[in-house]
Amino acid sequence: MPHSTDERRPRDADCAGLAVVGAGPAGLAAAVTAADHGLDVVLLDSAVTPGGQYYRSPPGGLGATRPGALHHGWPVFAELSARLAAHRDSGAIRHLPNHQVWTVERAGDGDWILHAVTGAEGDQRSAVRARRLLLATGAHERQLPFPGWTLPGVVSAAGAQAMLKSGLVLPGRRIVVAGSGPLLQAVALSLTRAGASVPALIEASGYGAYARAPQVLAANPGKMAEGVRHGAALTGAGVRMLTRRAVTDVHGDDRVEAVTVSRVDRRWRPVPGTGREIACDALAVGHGLAPQLELAVAAGCGTRACADGTHAVTLDQQLRTTVPGVWAAGEAGGIGGVELALCEGELAALSVIREMRGGVQRAAARRAVALLRSRRRLRAFSTLMGAVHRPGAGWSEWLTGDTEVCRCEEVTAGRIRTACEEFGAGDTRTVKLLTRAGMGWCQGRTCGFAVRELADAHGSGRGAGEEPDGPDRRPLACPVRLSTLADLAEPA
Amino acid sequence: MRRTHARTPAELVAARPEPEFQLTFDGRPIRGLPGQSIAATLWSAGILTWRTTRVHGRPRGAFCGIGACYDCLATVNGRPNQRACLLPARPGDAITTQEGDGYAALDR
Amino acid sequence: MRQPLDVVIVGAGVVGAACAYYASRSGLSVAVVDRGSVAGGTTGAGEGNLLVSDKLPGPELELALLSASLWRELSEELSSDIEYEIKGGLVVAASEESLTTLSTTAATQRGAGVEAYHVTSDRLRDAEPHLAPHLAGGCHYPQDAQVQPALAAAELLREAGRSGARLCPGEEVVGILRHRDGAVRGVRTARSELRAPVVVNAAGTWGGDLAAMAGVDLPVLPRRGFVLVTEPLPRLIRHKVYAAEYVSDVSSGSAALQTSPVVEGTPSGPVLIGASRERVGFDRTLSVPAIARLAAQAAALFPVLADVRVMRAYHGFRPYLPDHLPAIGPDPRVPGLFHACGHEGAGIGLAPATGLLIADAIAGRQPVLDPGPFAPDRFDTTCHVT
Repeated sequence: MPHSTDERRPRDADCAGLAVVGAGPAGLAAAVTAADHGLDVVLLDSAVTPGGQYYRSPPGGLGATRPGALHHGWPVFAELSARLAAHRDSGAIRHLPNHQVWTVERAGDGDWILHAVTGAEGDQRSAVRARRLLLATGAHERQLPFPGWTLPGVVSAAGAQAMLKSGLVLPGRRIVVAGSGPLLQAVALSLTRAGASVPALIEASGYGAYARAPQVLAANPGKMAEGVRHGAALTGAGVRMLTRRAVTDVHGDDRVEAVTVSRVDRRWRPVPGTGREIACDALAVGHGLAPQLELAVAAGCGTRACADGTHAVTLDQQLRTTVPGVWAAGEAGGIGGVELALCEGELAALSVIREMRGGVQRAAARRAVALLRSRRRLRAFSTLMGAVHRPGAGWSEWLTGDTEVCRCEEVTAGRIRTACEEFGAGDTRTVKLLTRAGMGWCQGRTCGFAVRELADAHGSGRGAGEEPDGPDRRPLACPVRLSTLADLAEPA
Repeated sequence: MRRTHARTPAELVAARPEPEFQLTFDGRPIRGLPGQSIAATLWSAGILTWRTTRVHGRPRGAFCGIGACYDCLATVNGRPNQRACLLPARPGDAITTQEGDGYAALDR
Repeated sequence: MRQPLDVVIVGAGVVGAACAYYASRSGLSVAVVDRGSVAGGTTGAGEGNLLVSDKLPGPELELALLSASLWRELSEELSSDIEYEIKGGLVVAASEESLTTLSTTAATQRGAGVEAYHVTSDRLRDAEPHLAPHLAGGCHYPQDAQVQPALAAAELLREAGRSGARLCPGEEVVGILRHRDGAVRGVRTARSELRAPVVVNAAGTWGGDLAAMAGVDLPVLPRRGFVLVTEPLPRLIRHKVYAAEYVSDVSSGSAALQTSPVVEGTPSGPVLIGASRERVGFDRTLSVPAIARLAAQAAALFPVLADVRVMRAYHGFRPYLPDHLPAIGPDPRVPGLFHACGHEGAGIGLAPATGLLIADAIAGRQPVLDPGPFAPDRFDTTCHVT
């Protein structure tokens, strides 16, 4: 097998062959596969324990003897964890938990420098050097604002799931689950299994829309079966499934006491007069997921607009980004779920090996072919799923003028509309500059999609100027202490 | 996955936690479990809000649960703007409701 | 178009907005065209400084002083809040040597009409309680002020709109329309043609490209700057505070990275930390060395900030001309073409005076100050028009 000059370079304690960012399903699969093939890997992850958001589990102190009870596919994770542990022990993988990478920088020699913060309060700095970069940075939940969504007791659906999986806690006892997307079913099921009652699951789309692509469904019988299984389980748990409806108001003084659920039309416009109250003490809400692209954008990777309305890293068949030496896998390349993330993580690692050595062994090549086939099938399904659950253009009609869109800076829909209608803002950046929407602590992670949609309604996606319309730019992927940045300064 | 429905999350995973400890919220003692985040500890105690916003003074607590939205910022042991959903609770922690930017003490 | 246009202004940044405001107020029929949105370029990346303190006596200082009084008027005339604040500048010197230089500079500035007051070492912390101890001294410039630049540009454009100006965002100019004799007769955009006998180049850092469309050379180059934005804080920092070395950085022609600390609070809470300068083209990559130096210098000036978190870093491209002066006025090489660009880092501050000069020049009125030093053809070695 031909070896590139790179492979002959001696192992360098200060420079890993591959840095994997993110220890969720994609990152874990990538790291252990790369290590299996003899690559020296450094795995950085912001969490204390591996698994990412999907395989979040209670920390040891909580003594969960059956952590798998909260998860689907726990044995897969258990197996990956065991392989990670073995590679960590042998020194093939350097696992750096509690390391949040805030930027990646390309050194003059082409190596990547990953700048991270670590320590109990994130006030220590750490820098890691690697020849290649594999981004498995995952996703966070996408939100749409609605009247009352800042009232305590309204939590993100993925957040309720995360707090349950890691902290064994619930936001209430009677929890309405609402929004759009398949995650809602999983969340509702988890909540009921953990002792909450879920009076209703409110889905703004209709599941019937999946039938638009019968061949994609036929190729993914597992997904179909999962949907049926979830539906039956939800019914069994007393959860009413209400489609083409949305929460259009939240009631309560200090915390949630009830929600108003209204019918929506195909464009998600609420139908007047259809509102009905459902009593509850919490609302778990979400509208799908959005890839976390900070580091990919920092590295200069190209992005694409997806069917679900989000942006994702542009990838070729080999999971290469548009920047040489940078790969991505999992949700960063487009929302697709855990099965796809596992598949892409492994495939990306094989692609790295192939590029380094000019080829892979026959067994690995066969494996790659099978993975490629799975990936194509799963990507087709995720594109369909994204299109089905993409928020309809009429969603903004459930906003009132005083609905807060930006939770951090407390910017209302009315102010955003004024910026668009009276001051000529027609893109996210201008709305942000004129209203501060997206300028707060979360840097637009929560309101970014909604602000973009509101601005686009006026500017029809204009956005030439200095910052062409693409994913939001966040050159710092997380807040960094000023003294931490200052420590990086070279003596003048 | 077992199909049984538990009464509590701890029952679902058959948790046998290490001994609990005490911390305080606005001076009031609450109980924490090793490994829980500050936010989880507060939820366990039935507390959903531990911050008021800068502009309108509205109550907020945990929202995204994964450290992305920064709604759960809390003042812990006098240090403002800690993400309660990520920060592990430790024995004796003093959590106080954070008002606005949390830096009133700096403003002389 | 509802009516024949008198002027097409290319660029909806603060300079284009000020040109539109003064031109439409003097009765001209105006259209403002921009490929992006309002304040989409350097204006949106600016801190909104209206400074006289960083300018040495000369034409730019005259322009700044005129602008300072115009901004004061505008803050009263405009109908919505542009966060105008006469906060004053405080320039601090770490060493006796730089204090001497600062004092000399201040003396010459006073001769040109700038208010500048020496602040002794022991009084510095009366002005700024969180300043580091042991600084040699400083100088207080009460005329220095600030606006929120995007709000200011948007409000100027809205006012211009009320006087009949039309805003055409999202429309990129792809060509300059010319008569057979060479005079301009409008612009062609990707969508349409806007005909007018006057075209104003207010394209900022991209002004050189627009000039090239008209067949003339205007050597505007991008000079990149980074700004760090902290988490929201109470009003810890009252003035615009910067180190005495900043003035020499601004006037340097070097392409290499230069940083000097410029620190200020904002009404919204975050503290803004600048300022870096480097000529690296339109490179949008975060420079870790640049932001690290900004952080180190800011923490040295204000130790209280060391523990504060930086939420965001952003960059902008200042429109740089080789002699650090903007190009303002008619281009003798192309009848009907006016330039209003190349203000480097001072565009917000110099915008109203620029707009007024342009409006007066278009209307054929006597200029309020000598526009000679800003002649757009001053870099053209092939042209002998003066």
